[in-house]
Amino acid sequence: MNLYTYASPANFYHLAGKLIPWFAWSAGLLTIWGLYISFFLAPTDFQQSEAYRIIFIHVPAAWMSMFIYLVMAFWGAIGLAFNTRLSFMMARALAPTGALFTFIALWTGALWGKPMWGAWWVWDARLTSELILLFLYVGIIALWAAIDDVRRGDRAGSLLTLIGAINVPIIYFSVKWWNTLHQGASISLTKAPSMAAIMLQGMLVMAIAAWLYTIAVALVRVRRIILERERHTDWVKAILEAK
Amino acid sequence: MEWASWSEFWHMAGYGLYVWGSYAVTLAVILIEVILLKRADSDTRRRLKRMQQWEEQ
Repeated sequence: MNLYTYASPANFYHLAGKLIPWFAWSAGLLTIWGLYISFFLAPTDFQQSEAYRIIFIHVPAAWMSMFIYLVMAFWGAIGLAFNTRLSFMMARALAPTGALFTFIALWTGALWGKPMWGAWWVWDARLTSELILLFLYVGIIALWAAIDDVRRGDRAGSLLTLIGAINVPIIYFSVKWWNTLHQGASISLTKAPSMAAIMLQGMLVMAIAAWLYTIAVALVRVRRIILERERHTDWVKAILEAK
Repeated sequence: MEWASWSEFWHMAGYGLYVWGSYAVTLAVILIEVILLKRADSDTRRRLKRMQQWEEQ
């Protein structure tokens, strides 16, 4: 079997259909495990008491908001470079979930900021650049929706995604580059983690669950986009008739 | 186990509003995404099928 087989929308449609339940179920099970760690195994924090438990969604959501954007930019770049149809469809399928996680990161951040800093919102570098990320997602989705010509829309949206990608390192390094109220990175590749192992484990389990969830919903969405765009082909006609 | 009782669990040492406000809204927006996704999926299939039947006539 040739791997490039799955670059064809027809084959990918069927493969995605088989994979979705696996991703969805493992996301659900890992979420349950992650929540159990978050509320029943992780101890009370000596500085922040129980308020810190927001970390188990805040940090994974913030990671996802940036990772999804980079993956979108990756697919957009591949599409622009090689004109591969499926790459653009993948980029479109990821955007709404990226916006969702950005919103969750901002919302949980506000609810964490209020008891710890005394403010729901401050215009500091980390928060502002994450808000810009939300506007980028919304702008890209709106641009895609506004251009009827699919091929032109794909290119314009992907170009905007690539230009906006400069914002991702700004978000990530903002806590180093500027003086900010926001605490530094929770996990660093160069330093030993500064938090209890069980807290770290909870965060990682929730992050993996968020990944699996994202893959599952993006695959559902990409299947819909494939049907829409390939509606004049015989294989889509056969699928629609079968139901 | 950190909690002596359920009421202590829901109270979250006084941070209940913030902690549960975070988890509840996260759950809500994820449910909304899943519901909208399912609806959009069946809408698209129905619409494409209608278009196809119309084209065949």
